[in-house]
Amino acid sequence: MTRSFLGMPATAPPDVGHLRGAEPFPAAARRALSDAQLRRNLGHATATIRSRSAAVIGEVPDWPQLRAAGRAIKTDTMARLPELLEQLEAAVTAAGGTVHWAADAVEANRIVTDLVRAAGADRVIKVKSMVTQEIGLNEALEAAGVEPVETDLAELIVQLGDDRPSHILVPAIHRNRAEIREIFLRAMPGVDPALTDEPAALAAAARRHLRQTFLSTRVAVSGANFAVAETGTLAVVESEGNGRMCLTLPETLITVMGIEKVVPTWRDLEVFLQLLPRASTGERMNPYTSMWTGVTPGDGPQAFHLVLLDNGRSAVLADPVGRQALHCIRCSACLNVCPVYERTGGHAYGSVYPGPIGAVLSPQLTGIEDNASLPYASSLCGACYDACPVMIDIPSILVHLRGRAPHPRAEATAMAAAAYTMDHPALYAAAQRAARLGRLAGRGHGLPPPLSGWTASRDLPQPPSRTFRQWWAER
Amino acid sequence: MTARELILGRLRAALGGAEPAPVEVTRDYRGVGSVAADLDVFVDRLTDYRATVHRCGDADVARTVGAVLGGRRVVVPPGLPRHWLPDSVTAVPDDDLGVALVAAVDGVVTGAAVAVAETGTIVLDAAPDQGRRLITLLPDVHVCVLRVDQVVATVPDALARVGPHRPLTWISGPSATSDIELSRVEGVHGPRNLHVVLVAGDSRTSTGPDGPAARG
Repeated sequence: MTRSFLGMPATAPPDVGHLRGAEPFPAAARRALSDAQLRRNLGHATATIRSRSAAVIGEVPDWPQLRAAGRAIKTDTMARLPELLEQLEAAVTAAGGTVHWAADAVEANRIVTDLVRAAGADRVIKVKSMVTQEIGLNEALEAAGVEPVETDLAELIVQLGDDRPSHILVPAIHRNRAEIREIFLRAMPGVDPALTDEPAALAAAARRHLRQTFLSTRVAVSGANFAVAETGTLAVVESEGNGRMCLTLPETLITVMGIEKVVPTWRDLEVFLQLLPRASTGERMNPYTSMWTGVTPGDGPQAFHLVLLDNGRSAVLADPVGRQALHCIRCSACLNVCPVYERTGGHAYGSVYPGPIGAVLSPQLTGIEDNASLPYASSLCGACYDACPVMIDIPSILVHLRGRAPHPRAEATAMAAAAYTMDHPALYAAAQRAARLGRLAGRGHGLPPPLSGWTASRDLPQPPSRTFRQWWAER
Repeated sequence: MTARELILGRLRAALGGAEPAPVEVTRDYRGVGSVAADLDVFVDRLTDYRATVHRCGDADVARTVGAVLGGRRVVVPPGLPRHWLPDSVTAVPDDDLGVALVAAVDGVVTGAAVAVAETGTIVLDAAPDQGRRLITLLPDVHVCVLRVDQVVATVPDALARVGPHRPLTWISGPSATSDIELSRVEGVHGPRNLHVVLVAGDSRTSTGPDGPAARG
């Protein structure tokens, strides 16, 4: 009995990591919407990326075929996930790597911390990684006396600003160049006080700041964009070269990977390496992609550890409608086209996974009760589905999750009352007259308690000056 | 129960224990060999990403390298064809140099495994004419010499020419970032200057005895 219980799909544990916000989406969004600077920064950045991405996608004549292939490969992967992970483990091990399995964030943090300690390091350099944000690895390392250094420019901006990431690809998207300059002047040791807010000058400041750290740190932690089951090859896609530094210079490399990142074959990379950069940064190809298989004697880290993380993914897989959320390749195209994200920014979603994909992924990873407002953080306009390079039907998952979300009792009462009223013509006519009277009395923005539970997050249509029945009777 | 057994058990339970229905992956996108490589497109893509392109014959490679790196210290992978290096550079052979030494040189000259015209990408696979990954990472100038017959049209073409058993680095332009207002800025941690020397025409001269290692 205990055995089968333990073997059931499980959601991500609370009190560790960053999948749950402190408040529901509507409350957080309301505050974000009142921040005019934030809205300007987001509007500018998302408009820029949309036009760049559209231009390079337009160059590819077989984009629809690539998307369909991407979706099919991911569907196949999820259907065979256990055997593919076993195959990956065998291939990585055969190539000289060590594979660890982590059921949740607590276990993954402990595995990484123990490995860093065993290597005798008190500092690690990190490649930007969503999954280590998800599990709160930095906090766990700090608690163990290990300093984690974020090396991606945007992650560095977030870390130096004591801030939280707000976008999957560009975690500091909510900051403009002037704000970034201020953060550097305040928090970057030895920075030139004459630093300007030119992006090139800011990038050069980061280069100087991190150079010695790259050359002298013995352990790196990365995520992974893809892991090939067939060959044991890991791939990290990046732009700045910080990833190459972390993957090449240290003695020990620890890669933490969500189990859904596995792809079956080497050849499958030909699909995703075309889809990801064009959908993500709007480039034909990102500046650097690194691929490695286990350990290469004389080149790069001589100790390689791969941590395979569940942390709620098995629970997502258990939902036949929701499991498509595991197909996500973290390109962030859905954020950039979302009218809700563009106005609220990423922090309002609470989780490290914001935007449309976050609204379907986070509630499934945590259990819907812990992120019940996120499936409603959408107008269901469908732009995310159109933009997704692997064709995840986010609107359908949103609707599905709304059905699973706990509903306030007031809402159920209101629906039952409405159903009863509509079944009884005299009552219905009276209700319509009452609505009209309500309009005359200056209402129309919401219903009185207890029905206000329904109208708090929905606009109530303005009742017409007379009902259809009245008009019919009078004609 | 180990974490491994626990996770695999959870995943099998999530899938309902049924034998998975086979999923057909239709690959009707442009696959290997379906498009001819266009060198003009390759040069256009490289230039668009702020790489500098030089086109010359094999005999002129050394002169081209000299124009970029003359008078400077250059790390050299063990299998680089010697006739690509001009006398005007100080060659520092990479015989397992320490990190600090590699970081202190001005530039690096390498060959490449393959290049993708459509994306302006060069792929290094750590063969002897390219060397360890770190020598193309730390110096600020990377000169990469490519024969035109190494340029393929698409990403599938390139992936089919390399394999998983050596570390791969796919390079598209110099180091860059889009992290500030999503505008692309060249020059962060990797080499800030990428020069691609495209060696035209007669490929026999560069596959001769002192040419890059042949690969299948």
